[in-house]
Amino acid sequence: MSRGAPGQQGGPGVVTYGLLAVASIAVVVPLLYLVASAFKAEADFLESLFLPRGEGFAGIAWDRLTLSQFEKLLGDDIGLGRAMLNSLFLSSVTSIIATLTCAAAGYALVVYRFRGRSALDWVVIAALVIPPPLLIAPSYQWLYRLGLLDSYWGVILPAAAPAFGVFLFRQASLQSVPKSMIEAARLDGAGELSIFLGIGLPMLRPMVGAFLMITFLAMWNNFIGPQIVLQTATKQPLSVVMYLTQTSYYNDYGLMMAGTLVSVVPVVVVFLVLQREFISGLTAGAVKGE
Amino acid sequence: MSPAGSGLSRLTPWLLTGPFLVIFAVFTVVPLLQSIPLAMSHTFGPSASVPVGLDNFRSALDDPRFWTAIRNTFYFTAGSVFIQLPLALGLAMLLNRRGLRGKAVFRLLFFSPQLVGLVFVGVIAAIAFQKQSGLINVTLAHAVAPFHEMTVSERGTSWFPAPAVMLGIPWLETLALPTLIITALWMYTGFNMIYFLAALQNVSQEQIDAAVIDGAGPLSRFVNITLPAISPVLLFVVLLSIIGSFQLFELPFIMLPEGVGLQDRGLTIVTYLFKSGFEAGDLGYAAAIGWMLALLLAGFGIAQRLAGRQDSLR
Repeated sequence: MSRGAPGQQGGPGVVTYGLLAVASIAVVVPLLYLVASAFKAEADFLESLFLPRGEGFAGIAWDRLTLSQFEKLLGDDIGLGRAMLNSLFLSSVTSIIATLTCAAAGYALVVYRFRGRSALDWVVIAALVIPPPLLIAPSYQWLYRLGLLDSYWGVILPAAAPAFGVFLFRQASLQSVPKSMIEAARLDGAGELSIFLGIGLPMLRPMVGAFLMITFLAMWNNFIGPQIVLQTATKQPLSVVMYLTQTSYYNDYGLMMAGTLVSVVPVVVVFLVLQREFISGLTAGAVKGE
Repeated sequence: MSPAGSGLSRLTPWLLTGPFLVIFAVFTVVPLLQSIPLAMSHTFGPSASVPVGLDNFRSALDDPRFWTAIRNTFYFTAGSVFIQLPLALGLAMLLNRRGLRGKAVFRLLFFSPQLVGLVFVGVIAAIAFQKQSGLINVTLAHAVAPFHEMTVSERGTSWFPAPAVMLGIPWLETLALPTLIITALWMYTGFNMIYFLAALQNVSQEQIDAAVIDGAGPLSRFVNITLPAISPVLLFVVLLSIIGSFQLFELPFIMLPEGVGLQDRGLTIVTYLFKSGFEAGDLGYAAAIGWMLALLLAGFGIAQRLAGRQDSLR
């Protein structure tokens, strides 16, 4: 591929595209498997790998596809609709609180010089190295003492102040909040809180978007938290309900796939809308932190 | 500055950091501190406990299941670091080639498994790795069928559509760790690729061009130019990957029989922590396991810093 002519290297060749195609297939096939299996009846699951073969268009028996799995999921036994609302509630509330607390703290660490600031900086960095599993057992005991077991707040609050969020917003504030603008607003007599809301937050908008996304996704996919805190079946989010469904409908693969599809689609849609901000936010820490 | 203004701004930093600090103190610092006395107690559910000193740590070191969990976790971590990261870097380098078409599409595609949360990946993988009818075994059966055809047709059997050979590889039961490594590979390779793609922007194109003129081959260009340029991010990703792998829980818990596989073949440290705390009901033992995990990870963190320092000295 490199023919030696400097500055005139041939573009990517067959090998490059071939390897990328192989990788793409490896990524896509399980997703297709997920989608196809969700619309198959139990008997057809064993019959065919993807869609059932038959006389229909493209050699597929379209009339054997079914929505019955989804009806079963929404029924009272499993209650996936309710679980979806629970996930939506837990994820939205957690992501909004976490984004506000972290943005305010990260911004304050950059904009103000105050006694205790360097101690706070240190706490934020130190907290980054606490492995979450270390807190599982003591948190459970502590939430029990606080009377927060089986309450939504017992799931939300432990996730509402992630130290790495303060770290990310601190880095973002260093880069994108100009001190001169803040000084100017002060001279105009603006209050500090309205400066944060009116100038700081808008300047931090890309990180706000990315962090809302990160925290929303993290709570949507959170399993340990709700699994140990929430005991009432009607309070549980999708992750726990799908786990419980798997243990009781072990052999009903189509049902499991349909439930997974329903759980995954909303997040994927939100992501596709916001993907640019999300990816730049994810890599911000790595690239700027070196 | 006016005296009123300075009075206000003495409080404002605390007003803005306050909400974070309060929630962080109550829900992170308190449990962190409590984990110490808890790790030194025998407990029966969340309310009853008896202080026992370092008993939990001693019994963990004598506990064969704990050692199995450590061994399995190391195995999984090695798989993640040595298989997943080279693949991620390779993909990033392919995507980084000048003139590549569809870069944005590939990037999004490779990243997409990350959107399917761990629990849901676990459910899909548990089905795909099923012994009888799962995607993996059926695909493999079709792939090896041509090689079996001779013997099959000698016996005069029909050859399609039922897969000619039933492989029945017991992935989830006996091949727990390879299964978990493959599943994590599917989920995280694209995620790590994003970091490498960002790092590759630091590689100077002029240097590469100059090396090409000097007649340097692809391998020597990679070792002498690319690798040094990305090494800070590489170290960071290796550390993240080790830390993440050591906390493996959801995939085995959801995919494997009893959450651990046959004879603990897929038992991980955090699965054992969870089972001790919430199935055996001994939160104290769980907290002790948590501390040992934290110490192990601290060791890796220190090693990474030393490696980073050595790197910058060179």
